[in-house]
Amino acid sequence: MNLASLAPLAVVLPLFGAAVTFVLLRQERAQRIVSIGTVALTLALEVTLLVSVWGGGTVAVPIGEWVPPWGITLVVDQFSSLMLVISSCVSLAVLVYAVSQGVADGDHRDGPISVFHPSFLILIAGVSDAFLAGDLFNLYVGFEMLLTASYVLLTLGGTTARIRAGVTYVVVSVVSSLLFLIAIGMVYAATGTVNMADLAVKLGHLDPGIQLLLHVMLLLGFGIKAAVFPLSFWLPDSYPTAPAPVTAVFAGLLTKVGVYAMVRTETLLFPGDQLNGPLMVVALLTMVVGILGALAQTDIKRLLSFTLVSHIGYMVFGLAMSSVIGIGSAVFYVMHHITVQTSLFLVAGLIERRAGTTTVDRLGGLAKLSPLLALLYFLPAMNLAGIPPLSGFLGKLGLIQAGVTLGTPLALAVVVGGVAVSLLTLLALARVWARAFWRTPDDAESPDGALLAPAHATSMPRAMVGATAALVVLGLALTVFAGPLFAVSQQAAKDMLDRTPYITAVLGQEAAQQAAKQAAQTGVAQP
Amino acid sequence: MSPNMTLLIISGVLFACGIYLVLERSLTRVLLGLMMLTNGANLLLLTTGGYAGLAPFFVKGTDARAYSDPLPQAFVLTSIVISFAVTGIMLALVYRTWQLGRGDEVADDIEDRRVAAKTGSQPEEDAILPEDVSEFMDREEAAAADRAALHSARQKLLARDAVGVFPDGASQGVGSPDGTSPEGASPDGEDP
Repeated sequence: MNLASLAPLAVVLPLFGAAVTFVLLRQERAQRIVSIGTVALTLALEVTLLVSVWGGGTVAVPIGEWVPPWGITLVVDQFSSLMLVISSCVSLAVLVYAVSQGVADGDHRDGPISVFHPSFLILIAGVSDAFLAGDLFNLYVGFEMLLTASYVLLTLGGTTARIRAGVTYVVVSVVSSLLFLIAIGMVYAATGTVNMADLAVKLGHLDPGIQLLLHVMLLLGFGIKAAVFPLSFWLPDSYPTAPAPVTAVFAGLLTKVGVYAMVRTETLLFPGDQLNGPLMVVALLTMVVGILGALAQTDIKRLLSFTLVSHIGYMVFGLAMSSVIGIGSAVFYVMHHITVQTSLFLVAGLIERRAGTTTVDRLGGLAKLSPLLALLYFLPAMNLAGIPPLSGFLGKLGLIQAGVTLGTPLALAVVVGGVAVSLLTLLALARVWARAFWRTPDDAESPDGALLAPAHATSMPRAMVGATAALVVLGLALTVFAGPLFAVSQQAAKDMLDRTPYITAVLGQEAAQQAAKQAAQTGVAQP
Repeated sequence: MSPNMTLLIISGVLFACGIYLVLERSLTRVLLGLMMLTNGANLLLLTTGGYAGLAPFFVKGTDARAYSDPLPQAFVLTSIVISFAVTGIMLALVYRTWQLGRGDEVADDIEDRRVAAKTGSQPEEDAILPEDVSEFMDREEAAAADRAALHSARQKLLARDAVGVFPDGASQGVGSPDGTSPEGASPDGEDP
């Protein structure tokens, strides 16, 4: 028995934990222990999965022994297991942070805060399900699980600002899910299957026009979730109002699930390069528009939301090149970005607690007030901006190399744009540094009372700082171990572009060949 | 195999009405629109199974083509359950909006409006600083001179901003949108 066949537990464990925390709704202490324990256990399991496929190889796990392509299949390969491990690391850190924040604020016995733990665990289960899904409909179910949990998390407490943001977020998400669902219906009508490996064989035999339609519909649905430029306006509007840990985990995971689905679409389902040109244009626009938005902001959380949008552009760029180095770098960049963006949002939460606000007009002198906080901001900020030798630099270097290797005028334009956006990111983050951390509090336009107050015992609980520091260190570890990680990313990209490992793992070598032959004979696959 | 045209046309009409309603500003209408859209999608999914045939229970000797396709029906069931959850959450949000603001409209993002109304200049970055003579001053004096220059520059900018949509009072009053939330920083807990 292969260790990777434990994969379903990555979904089942958090769901089970969510059920237990629901039962323990009134016992905060037990709830905390259960949810942290569950996430830690899931992380351990996912590390096992990663180790079992580290050297290469794709493992398909049919659920309930229903033979693919009929039953539900979970697929573990290098890309999905890397995503699982990094997302669980981030979730664990955020969970510790959130728990510590709750403890410091006193327990809200009668508040709706007690639904935080179940919702958070369901979110993690949904993310795992989306990463593991071997068929489109299961991917949709994974999306819905994480989205429904995110609706609850985003509107925790039900304040005016959160309800306003929540409404926009829910409507946009539902519309994107509907687009995805309609696309699934169309795909099923055209091919008679939703299994991705089966689709990889059958989609290629459809009429090019229908292929293009299905391709665009899927990308539209995923593009809204990933916040790619013309579809990104909901993100900076809804994320910043949520509680800090919630924003952090959304920023780290939710958009990346969209990016993950886009990668699978582009490599497995529609391997051709028919949409590479438009995708590159979209990538460039996402980068530029996002970062220009960030430069206009004075609120740190909003600024970070805009940099989040902007840096999705890099991943889309890597994806649009359809080369091993391009997609490999995009995979590495996703890992880097999940870690760094989440730690920056957690730091923003710490700033809010220490200084009372995240509006830079009201901040100043934080570096002197709390040198540790300054360090925790500085490292991921430089990492995000891509200062050598940090992992952001390495990821961007890989993307630029891929762009230059490709050498088309459009790719070179995006490379130039990417470098410029990297500098603008540095500008945006350095402005926050100069204003919130470096100047004296007297220089702030309207200094906040908490700035000048002596540190309060509960203002920065140790566990919150510890969780943030752990994520910052994880970001640095991505730099230190960049060699092996980059090699695995490249290997994952090679397997994804090759497609045969995936199809063979799910359908078997003979079945894959047979299906290909049969489909070739009949022209259009049987619905 | 020919799909059922009636179902497809109904689904198209539902999509059209749904999109129209979702684009409204009233939340109740948006909710109704979402429900129409999801039902349209469900009908569409149902038609992907082809013609209606026998119930898909295995009976010996029956041609496989005589059964109706069970998979789209399973999809539709899942999708109905999901849309039920989403409708529940949307109803809660609409009700909460009504509770909080006695209104049923999508509200504007205040911080976004404020940023949009800004002139774009930062007093600290765009002010013309006095000639740097700090070498010949002691640090206190230099800092004081610097601050005075900054102050006058800021006054100038604020005077210009005050003509705009937001008077300067509003631009400072709007801080972090959830400053008053229980999980955010609680200023009263941190004031000395």
